[in-house]
Amino acid sequence: MEALYATVTGVLTACGIYLTLRGRTFPVVVGLTLLSYAVNLFLFSMGGLASKSTTIVDSSFPYADPLPQALVLTAIVIGFAMTAFVVILAMRTRGDLGSDSVDGQRTDEPREERK
Amino acid sequence: MTLLLIVLLPLIGSLVPLASARFKRTTIAWLVAILPAIALGVAAYHTTSVFAGNIPTVSLPWVPSLSLDLAFRLDGLSLLFVYLVLGIGLLIILYARYYLSENDSIVRFYGFLMLFMTAMLGIVTSDNLLLLWFFWELTSLSSFLLIGYWSGLSSARKGARMALTVTGAGGLCLLAGILLIGNVVGSFDLTTVLESRDLIQSSPYYMAILLLVLLGAFTKSAQFPFQFWLPHAMAAPTPVSAYLHSATMVKAGVFLLARFYPVLSGTDEWFYIVTLVGLTTLLYGAFFALIKQDLKGVLAFSTISHLGLITLLFGFNTELAAVAAVFHIINHATFKASLFMAAGIVDHECGTRDIRKLNGLWRYMPYTTVLAAVASASMAGVPLLNGFLSKEMFLAQSLDAQMLGGLSWIIPALATLGSILSVAYSLRFIHDVFFNGEPKDLPKTPHEPPRYMRLPIEVLILICVLVGILPAILIEPILTAATAAVVPGEPPQIHLSLWHGFNLPLMMSGIALMGGLMVYIARDHIYRFHRQFKTLNARDSFENMVQKLVKVCQWSIDRFENGSLQRYMFWLLLTAVGFAASGLFQVPRLAGDKVVQPVDSVLIIGGVILCLAAIGTIMTHRKRLISLLFLSVVGMLVSLTFARFSAPDLALTQLAVEVVTIILLMLALFFLPQKTPKESTGGRVLRDLLLAGTFGGVIASLNYAVITRPVDSISRFFIENSVPGGGGHNIVNVILVDFRGFDTLGEITVLGIAGVAIYKLLNRLRLFMPSSDLEGRPWSPERFPVILYSVSQTLLPLALLVSAFIFLRGHNLPGGGFIAGLVAAVAIILIYMARGVEWSQRRLSFNYQPIAVTGVAIAALTGLGSWIFNAPFLTSSFGHFEIPVIGDIELATALLFDLGVYLTVIGATLMILANLGKVTTSHRPTKEKQ
Repeated sequence: MEALYATVTGVLTACGIYLTLRGRTFPVVVGLTLLSYAVNLFLFSMGGLASKSTTIVDSSFPYADPLPQALVLTAIVIGFAMTAFVVILAMRTRGDLGSDSVDGQRTDEPREERK
Repeated sequence: MTLLLIVLLPLIGSLVPLASARFKRTTIAWLVAILPAIALGVAAYHTTSVFAGNIPTVSLPWVPSLSLDLAFRLDGLSLLFVYLVLGIGLLIILYARYYLSENDSIVRFYGFLMLFMTAMLGIVTSDNLLLLWFFWELTSLSSFLLIGYWSGLSSARKGARMALTVTGAGGLCLLAGILLIGNVVGSFDLTTVLESRDLIQSSPYYMAILLLVLLGAFTKSAQFPFQFWLPHAMAAPTPVSAYLHSATMVKAGVFLLARFYPVLSGTDEWFYIVTLVGLTTLLYGAFFALIKQDLKGVLAFSTISHLGLITLLFGFNTELAAVAAVFHIINHATFKASLFMAAGIVDHECGTRDIRKLNGLWRYMPYTTVLAAVASASMAGVPLLNGFLSKEMFLAQSLDAQMLGGLSWIIPALATLGSILSVAYSLRFIHDVFFNGEPKDLPKTPHEPPRYMRLPIEVLILICVLVGILPAILIEPILTAATAAVVPGEPPQIHLSLWHGFNLPLMMSGIALMGGLMVYIARDHIYRFHRQFKTLNARDSFENMVQKLVKVCQWSIDRFENGSLQRYMFWLLLTAVGFAASGLFQVPRLAGDKVVQPVDSVLIIGGVILCLAAIGTIMTHRKRLISLLFLSVVGMLVSLTFARFSAPDLALTQLAVEVVTIILLMLALFFLPQKTPKESTGGRVLRDLLLAGTFGGVIASLNYAVITRPVDSISRFFIENSVPGGGGHNIVNVILVDFRGFDTLGEITVLGIAGVAIYKLLNRLRLFMPSSDLEGRPWSPERFPVILYSVSQTLLPLALLVSAFIFLRGHNLPGGGFIAGLVAAVAIILIYMARGVEWSQRRLSFNYQPIAVTGVAIAALTGLGSWIFNAPFLTSSFGHFEIPVIGDIELATALLFDLGVYLTVIGATLMILANLGKVTTSHRPTKEKQ
């Protein structure tokens, strides 16, 4: 199970990194989202993989490690905020520079398309 | 304590010209001279004590942690140099008053000069090596200012820069050497270091120390191969040259040799390096002094040559040679300063320094001619002048040098050759300039300089003559004292006298004088011979080198900093994977000791789908919408993963965030190109795939390594204290709103800031909006499907109720502010989607910004509230209350905090999405408009 979990994290990371290295903003945003999934999974597993456990006091199940869960929970929300910020930034870049290249230099779209 | 005054007075003196700027030039000169004169008096006051063999010292702590003290000493060597620096400095102050024109700022000049004087005095009196180095660098900096005094001239700027680069680099070497010495000896205290000769010479670092210190000395003293900066420093005003290149700047290098002579000399390494460099410099300088057509150029190269001579003497490793070296330091300072001043007068009165134009000046300035002739004779080593005495000693010492075995005769032979050249260029300086026909088209008609401009030269010439005739009375005491500081142990008996009888050195002197005359007569042959060679201008090659260096730097910067974020990203990730992998290399075995849990078919299917969806995302990344759909599958499965591994809170959060994220990205995609053009070359794709694969592999290995090892978590504390300390059963929630509440406060603040930033980014954003999809089909005019909007309206109250429920139970069961906020936000977004922004905005007539801000404020105020009860920030308290109808309920301040989180999440999420949604509506073709 651990090997499977680690493999999945690795695959997500690899896919995220590959997209992050692309030259257009949208794939980069998608890549960052993938990467944040990978990071969250990675951090989450730091407490070990607990099946049929709980983080509720006084229940009949054994405890799972609550600390990574708390950290990851805020990380998910912050991750969303950052994704949103980056994607809006990408839109703004396109609006101002007329290109969605990450380097903001190649204007390969006819200018009249823009309003 | 009076010792401090020697350095302190000139330092204060550097401010005097600034304060007296409004006076006349003569007054300024007098005022500036006062403080150095007092300092000279202080030195004189200590003289008898120093001659008696005492070494007055003073030490004040400055930066004790660096063992840098304001420690000064006044041994014989220091005293000698203090006299030279202050004495010649005073003469220069007088001379410069007449040399500088009305247009030159005399205030600035004196300010720099006094600063330089301070630095020189600091070097020669420092009793702490770090302090010595500090003053050493100060001379480099202040000489930069002095050489570049005429900053309008390109030659002055370049000359100054070159001097600074060379001497500054040497200074860094010296620092390294000093640090090594401090390391070996265990102290930077000069007195201690001077007593640690054996310790340093037996240390394995001796060679490094020697080389580094010598590099410092050689760069400063313009020794071969670092001699090239000195001729170009001649772009300075002549008083500067007279000061820097006779008694001070370049003498700092030989002072350093003298200073470290007791600890570093006496070895073969010292002998070979120092004599070889000295000898080469001696001959090199002498030859070029004969060739140069510029008056100051001749003096510059003769200075190089004489510095070579002094260095050579130090290299001989004998006590008498060291005596001769110190003696020649004095003599050279006197005759060279007067020669520079004479050259300055010629330049000043004739308007040129070109020897080809300057001829027969004795008719116009007979008095100056006599002075210059005496100084030149001293430089040539003519009897009855001081230069003769030290040159005799030099020749005698060269005969005694036996280190080259059977070839030792080479040294006296070359020394004689140097002396011949020295006589020749001295002759040339006098004969070519002051005699030898008539001047040729001079810019000015020459005449004698003002009375007081000659006075400094007269003083120096007087010293030259008196020392030359009465050496035993005048110079022996100070020479003995100075030598005592240089030569360890019992000082040698010095007997200076004019006449030693007929001996070999006298014969060599005779040869030198005759040979010099012959060389001078045959000088045209030498010029012709020299003209065959291509002359290299050191300044141009230096500038070229600097330009090349700049180009190399520019090139390497361009390689890394080419403005491509893709490239930066690549390097960043490569570095990161390097660091991550380096940790893995140290793990002996990837798998840990934990028992591996069994895997079931559901997990396998989930894992496979997750991987396929992730790979699908990148396979289809150029068709952006499809890629996005794959991404949503990944997010969904991640959410399920959390659920599977006992984290219901995470699963709920991930689910809600997933919905919001995908809606957001779809909205954004509407404004961005639907397809990504194919840009990456095959090589680039391969490179990125390799990096991504490596990265994934490393992360997977790391992850596996960690989760197969037992962890010693601090979570036990949270589990045990959740109920008694935080009053909640849901540990995750209690950690968020209580134990780590401060973190959460920070996080919701970030969330709020992101919302505000996005609001600003969307402000007045103008974007192209397509009216059709990729295949050219127009968007459906049916914007709001009936089923969706009926369902959404029904769903809203229900969803809000669920949200409230999740929020309230969060403290004890899975749920809480984050999840509840997201659920509420999703429900409201559904309304937006179903009914459009305008419709929703009319009904939800409130802004989201205040909600987010209120949320952060509530959370912060809850934290502050605990201050009222004298508890630390964000201390929670809870209690049980009996409420009618509902019954017993537990209320905690943490719930209030969670309310802040709840509101922030709703506010920020809607601020982002609703504002983005608004952008779409303004120009969009709709059914209503049609």
